[in-house]
Amino acid sequence: MTADGPVAVGSMRDVVQQSDVIVCCGSGGVGKTTTAAIIGMDAARLGRSVVVVTIDPAKRLADALGLSMGLSSAPQRIGGVGVDMGAGGEMWAMMLDTAATFDGLVRIYADDEQQIDRILSNRFYRNMAGAMSGTQEYMAAETLHALHNDNRFDLVVVDTPPSRNALDFLDAPGVLSRFLDHRVFKLAMLPTRSGLKVFGSAAQPFFKAIGRVVGSDVLADSMAFFQAFSGMETGFRERADDVVALLRAERTNFVVVASPRHDTITEAVWLAQQLGDQGVGVAAAIINRVQPSFGVIDVPTGVEVPGASRDVVSALWKNLGELQQIRRAELEALEPLVALIEPAPIALLPLLDGDIHDLDSLDQVAQHLFLERNRC
Amino acid sequence: MVAGKGGVGKTTVTAVIARAAARSGNRVLVIELDGKPALDKLLPDHDGEELAVVHLSAPDALEEYLNDHGFRRIAKRLNRTGVIDMVGTAAPGIDDVVVLGKVKHYEKSTEYDLIVVDGPAAGHAVTFLMSATGLADAVRGGPVRSQADDVLELLAEPERCMTVLVTLPETTPVNETIETAYALEDDVGIRLGPVVVNGVDQGTELPKVGEVETALQAADLGDAVTDMLRDAAAFRRSRRSMERKAIDRLAVGLPLDQVQIRALPVAGLDADDIDALADELLVKSGS
Repeated sequence: MTADGPVAVGSMRDVVQQSDVIVCCGSGGVGKTTTAAIIGMDAARLGRSVVVVTIDPAKRLADALGLSMGLSSAPQRIGGVGVDMGAGGEMWAMMLDTAATFDGLVRIYADDEQQIDRILSNRFYRNMAGAMSGTQEYMAAETLHALHNDNRFDLVVVDTPPSRNALDFLDAPGVLSRFLDHRVFKLAMLPTRSGLKVFGSAAQPFFKAIGRVVGSDVLADSMAFFQAFSGMETGFRERADDVVALLRAERTNFVVVASPRHDTITEAVWLAQQLGDQGVGVAAAIINRVQPSFGVIDVPTGVEVPGASRDVVSALWKNLGELQQIRRAELEALEPLVALIEPAPIALLPLLDGDIHDLDSLDQVAQHLFLERNRC
Repeated sequence: MVAGKGGVGKTTVTAVIARAAARSGNRVLVIELDGKPALDKLLPDHDGEELAVVHLSAPDALEEYLNDHGFRRIAKRLNRTGVIDMVGTAAPGIDDVVVLGKVKHYEKSTEYDLIVVDGPAAGHAVTFLMSATGLADAVRGGPVRSQADDVLELLAEPERCMTVLVTLPETTPVNETIETAYALEDDVGIRLGPVVVNGVDQGTELPKVGEVETALQAADLGDAVTDMLRDAAAFRRSRRSMERKAIDRLAVGLPLDQVQIRALPVAGLDADDIDALADELLVKSGS
């Protein structure tokens, strides 16, 4: 882009080439989805068959990928319009459908149609499949697992839900297991002398109290769910263990995405530390929307230009000075993250002078993925 | 209530509004919801201004609520057994409603002239504000139901409650803000205040396009420097025109007053920046 332009290094490319799964994580609003799309695009260019799973794509991103009808919950192939995908490279994209994914799991592990119906029509289940905290993360991990085992793809790129705690993603498959391990669940399953009543007698006062808080019909729904779910815990638990194993596999890499501001960098640092504590390293960091460099120069204090041009030139210097000041502040904000994750590669993606509205503009950003961070 | 998607600067806007209100002599309470506390730092005590910051978390609010409503005995047990998760699933939105209930409690206390709530971090403003409607539908009786009803009453009264949407001057955030605004008005029936456009570039004025080349030639700064100056100006011109288009589209799509907060050339605001932006806001609003 500029005279002091970035120098190519291979390390970010190594991450793309040597991964089976890439998980993009970071706080909300930092451009995780766009980043996932850019990584996918580059992988396709390297000749890989990549599928990008996004959680909450803006319509504009679907448009940019040439999917005017929006992303669907089944993988769609992205045409290589304007972009050379490389020999054998393919790019696919899809959107996470939390509830449908959960339904799919129920179908796999239920004993018969009747059990499927009882669960899928239960209101408590519908709430859980749609809204329980952790469900979205869990289903993203589950989808990742399914795609990983799909022969069409040799790389899965996923962005994580805009969770306050991005580690929820790593823990997510365990959420349901823990939920099922709750004492409540066990209490609800206690057999009574009169057979399988709505709930065991030992737990009655307790459930009555809960019923008083949330209302008795809500409670009845919950109890019905726990009973319908009975017998499926083992299957769910084993599957969750497989998913966790995949998230921790050697060829699964976590990429931290941030914007060049103190608050999101603080979140990213915290996240990288947590991932490190979990024994899952950060393979790379991507900083989105960095003020571009127009070159490094000291802005002169006085401008000596003849006559009428003087004001114009000094305004141009002032503009350059302001943009440089922003860039300096941004690069300084990055320092804690750089210090923490080096020597892992850090890519700076520039703020564009237009919207990302087609594959070309995505590609314009993607060019910067494999360039070394250039410092002022 | 300050609402908006992640990364648009809700916290900044919350702080600016709170500071501006305190400067005009109001007793202000700022309520920060789950997430990392950031507002204490942005809003330090100033002499002669009454401004307090509290932090609310859903589990704490739920436990306190149960304690206050004669469920002291089971509240402990509920938390200990992790039933809170289950209750939250059985009646989605209950945690949000309890938090909103706590907001209502502060409002009733009349200790404050203005309460500013920094919306949920995960950006689920609509679900958060709609939680009461959903819950009132799902739960037919009991203390939770009456809580939901109280919250709905607060949200629906334009004299008591107003929601300020925050956005950035860019295409996607503007599109989403317009959608959110209609969802909130139609589905929750709440009153929307002015929409705040955060981070608008109001830096140095650029020379007219036609004047740049002549001036650069006259200045004779060498190719490298000339290119830098020209590229930087073209870049900023383009960004500004994009911002202007987004702001215009917001004005057309959402017929509400707009308040602009300018971008500062920093990578994160501090308390002094907030003070400065609050003063500018007061000048603009003429009070």
